[in-house]
This record gives sequence, C-alpha cells and structure tokens, in this order.
Amino acid sequence: MINLWNRLRREPWIWSFLAAIGVWLATVAYTGGQGAGEILTAALSFATFSIIVGLGQMMVITTGPGNVDLSIPASITLSGVVAMKVMDTDSARLLLGIGAALGVSFLVGVFNYGLIRLLRIPPIIATLSSSFLVLSTAISYGRGIRIKPPIPLDTFATTRLFGIPLAAMLVAVLSVILAIVIKRTVYGRAVLAIGQNPRAAWLAGINVNQTRFMTYVLSALLAGVCGILLSGFSGGAALNMGEDFLLASIAVVVIGGTSVAGGRASVPGIWGAALFMYLLVTMLNIFGASAGVRLIMTGTIIIAVIVLASGEARPK
Amino acid sequence: MSRSLLRSLLPIISLMVVLGATFYVQPRTMSYFGLNLMLQYAVPIALATIAQMFVITVNDLDLSIGPFVGLVGCISATLLYTNPLFGTLVLLLCIAAYAAVGALIHSRNLPSIVVTLGLSFVWVGIAVLILPSPGGKAPDWLKSIMGLQTPLVPLPIIAAIVIGLLVQLALMHSSLGVIARGAGGNPRAMERAGWSMLKTKSIMYALAGFFGLLSGLSLLGLTTSADAHVADRYTLYSIAGVILGGGEFIGGRVSPLGAVIGALTLALAGSFLIFLKISPDWQIGAQGAILILVLALKAPLTTRDVSQ
Repeated sequence: MINLWNRLRREPWIWSFLAAIGVWLATVAYTGGQGAGEILTAALSFATFSIIVGLGQMMVITTGPGNVDLSIPASITLSGVVAMKVMDTDSARLLLGIGAALGVSFLVGVFNYGLIRLLRIPPIIATLSSSFLVLSTAISYGRGIRIKPPIPLDTFATTRLFGIPLAAMLVAVLSVILAIVIKRTVYGRAVLAIGQNPRAAWLAGINVNQTRFMTYVLSALLAGVCGILLSGFSGGAALNMGEDFLLASIAVVVIGGTSVAGGRASVPGIWGAALFMYLLVTMLNIFGASAGVRLIMTGTIIIAVIVLASGEARPK
Repeated sequence: MSRSLLRSLLPIISLMVVLGATFYVQPRTMSYFGLNLMLQYAVPIALATIAQMFVITVNDLDLSIGPFVGLVGCISATLLYTNPLFGTLVLLLCIAAYAAVGALIHSRNLPSIVVTLGLSFVWVGIAVLILPSPGGKAPDWLKSIMGLQTPLVPLPIIAAIVIGLLVQLALMHSSLGVIARGAGGNPRAMERAGWSMLKTKSIMYALAGFFGLLSGLSLLGLTTSADAHVADRYTLYSIAGVILGGGEFIGGRVSPLGAVIGALTLALAGSFLIFLKISPDWQIGAQGAILILVLALKAPLTTRDVSQ
C-alpha cells in the first residue's frame, strides 16, 4: 500500500485526481450522499468537451515553451457553425457535415502553422491573430441563425449508457489512442524530444517542422471534434460557444501535470483536471455561493493546486 | 541601412502607415479634435501594455492584466468615490497582491501562465462582488484629468510620449532596469552575481500592478462608470502591443517606447477599420489581418533559428 502510494505520488497526474475526489467527497458530504452518482455523470458530460480540446492543447504545449494554441475557441465555433449549416437538420447529410467541419478545422491548423513557420510569428500571437480571422469567418458564414443538429448527432451527444455519456466513451477511446501515440510512435516521441530540446532533436535527425505542423493540425482537428459534439449537445451552434474553452483548455493541461516547459505530457491528468474543474463549480453551486465568490474560489483553488502539484522549491 | 536599425524602426513605421491610411480614408481625423477622439482609448491600452511589458521582461506572461484593469475600475468607481482614503488603501493592497504573486511564482518556480490564469478569476470575482452590475461613478478629478484640453497637441499623444520616455529611462538606463533585463536574459547568472531574483521579480510584478492601476484609473476617467468585464480584451491587446513594439517573449528583450507605439498602433487600427466601413462581421477579422501584416514585416528582418 505504502509502496503503491510512493509510486503514485511521483505521477504528475495524481494531484488532479486527488483534487477531483476531494471536491466530490466534500459535495456529497454536504448533500448527505444525495445525488452522488448524478453529480459524477453531469461532470463527465461537461468535462468531455474540455478533455477533447485539452488533449490538443497538451500536445501543442508539450512541443516546448512559447507553444500554445489560442485559436481553439474560434475553431470550435467555426466547426460547430459549419457542421450545423452543412447538415441542415438532415440526418442523411451527417457525415458530409462532419467532413466539412473537420475540413475547415484542418485548414485552420495549416494556417496557424503557416503563420508560425513562414512569417516567424510567435505562436501565441499567431494563433491569436488567426483566431480573429476564424471567428469573423464563423460570424459571416453563420449569420446568427441557430440550426438544430440532426437527430442522430443530438442522440449521440446526449445519450448515457449506465450513467456514462456516449461522448465521454468516444473521448476515452481517443485518449487511449493518443496516449499510445505519445508513448509508442515516432511522432509522439518526436513531440516529447522537441519539447525537451529542439536543437538536440533536430541534430538527432527529427523533422522538427513536420512534427510541429502535425501538432498544430491535431489541435485544430480536436477543436473541430469538440465543436461538432458541443453543437449536438447544446441543440445547435452559437457564436460564443467556444469562449469558455480558452482558459479551460490551458487550465486542464497544466493542472493535469503536463509540463509548461514542454517535453512531458500526461493524458490521464487531462481527465482528472477537467473533472476537478467541473466538480468544483458544482460544489460551489450546491454550497450556494454567489457568482463572485465562485470565481474567487475557482481562481484560488487553481493556484493552490498548481502550487501543490509543481511545488518544488527553486534549486539553489 | 542595417537590419537591426530597420528592425528597431519597424514599430514606428507601422504606426505611421496605419496613421497615414486613417488620414487618407477620413481626412477630417487630421485635426486636434479628431486625433483626440481616435487616440483617447489608447492611453489605458498603452498603460496596460507597459504593465505587461514589465512581466515579459522577466520571461513571464500576465494573463490577468485585463481583469485587473476592470477590477481597478470597479474599486475606483465605488470605494474610491465614496471614501477616498479607504479606496486608496484597497488599491495599494492590489499592488501588494501583485508583488506577492511575483514572489510566489519565483520562490516556488511556478508557471506564470497558470498562476495568472487563476488570478484572473480572482480579480473578476472580487470585481463582481464589489459591483454586481455595471455602474458606479468616476471621481470628478479623474474625469477632469482625462478630459483635459492641452494646447496644440492632444492629451493622448502627450501622455503616450511622457509614459514611453519615463519608462524607457527607468528600464533602459537604471541599475534596476539592467538587473531586471538580465533576469530575463539569464536569471541563474544574475543570481550567482549576487542579485536577489526574488526581489527583482517582486518589484517587476509590483510595477505591473502599478501600471495596471494607472490603466484602470485612466479607463474609468474616460468611461465614467465601471464594469467588471470592460477590460477583458486588454490581456490580449497588451501582449500584442509588446510584441508589435519589438519586444520578445524571452531573453529580457523589451522596448518601453516600442510597447507604447505598439499600443497606439492597435488602438488606431480599431478606428481605421471603423472608417473603412467594412461589414461588422469582418471587423475583428480585419484586426487579426492587420496584426498578421505588421508582424509579417518583421520576418525578413529576423535571422533564421530552428530552436525558436
């Protein structure tokens, strides 16, 4: 038991799960055990969306300091708008809509990396500027009309099997695949190597540019998947549907134990952190905290978790 | 002309191009009144950009500056208005909080992005508690300062030049400035040379808090009532302003005058787009395009580097 704990405490993701469990127990204790399972199911439904974009953001952040994708919210919105408009509530056009949405997401990823590579703009500013263009495209294309998702998509996004949302199962499969990709494929190894030392990776013969290109495209594609699922879940696309995911995507990555300095990724941590974030909001809601108190508590707890998780005193 | 000279002139050239384009599209802006109207909101943006620059100098990034500017507005429109002494005390406390965050980030070796991300929630939360819905009143002295009609040259331009020059002197020509930029370049070397990095980082964060405070006050002087979310965009504006002004994210390479010019360029670009009468759908997209265009000019002047 003590051995197991000693091994676990060295895992970067363990803190996010401990935090999530702690918050859940506090909530359940407050309600006297009522709705314990229901709370978990709801958290899982909402956390799914942060997990999808968190996985993409994690890969980007892992490629080294300064790499971050700020265009995720805009990509989510554009993908949602394109999917709903192409599908046009018609189930027969479901695959066409998914294809179109993923297609534009792919282009966003290509555009992002083009700015970073060809114009040598720092990734933060490059993805920020491109997000403005992407959002404008979504506004102009969507024209503010709210189109309902076709029934199969709606059903898929909202159905639960034994209390577990189908979408969460899909994302679990995605996560396992990504974890294997990171550990076992040349691409995954290259991402880690570049994050640790881009120059050494380049000298070792890794194609740094191709790897970074694939990473930015992957992040945009995952944002696209999130956009499609989110429109199915919330009954259509909205122009502000991506807003919350700018901070959420970064927060789940870092709370989950992925190194901000790059070179170390943690897939399970994304799950722990996303669940933690939603359970935290649920807990504060159940405690009846006002909006202001809720925000202050969320912020303080994010800081506290990061102090605990990456808490090593500066080496002398 | 050498590449490095051209690079350092790039921010001012960009500003001139945007200014020239604005004059061309709407010649009536070429007046005291027109410039004043176009540039007044550049003052709070420039101050927030300077705040961000202090944090970038020590290789960190402040994602909470926008909400902080909003919080300062909320405090000033309520507490400072009704009870000046207590309000001042609370505002000073906010600066102290900034310094403490800098010390925490340094001593525990934390990623600044995440800590300031969490901090941004705290600022909005406090602001919402103080002022649940938009409102409050700006103190009269603040309104009269921001509405000052200076002779010949409009106030925003004078303010921008004064702020830029003061900070330029302080950061580029003082020993603290040299230590701070050294901390961005090679913190370990500075530490070994006997300088306290804890102290340096705390001071830089405190300065960021101070300029964030000035930004909030000047913004409130213009809007005359406060809103917790009024300055959310400032976080991104301030980062873009520093980079437009020739600053870099790592290595302590920043330019205070450049940052102010970058902020002015961003503020002007907003007015320019309104004069162009492009569809509202594309306003924000055009802003992104201008940002890309200006930064693209920098590309041929930067040397190739695989490890960037």
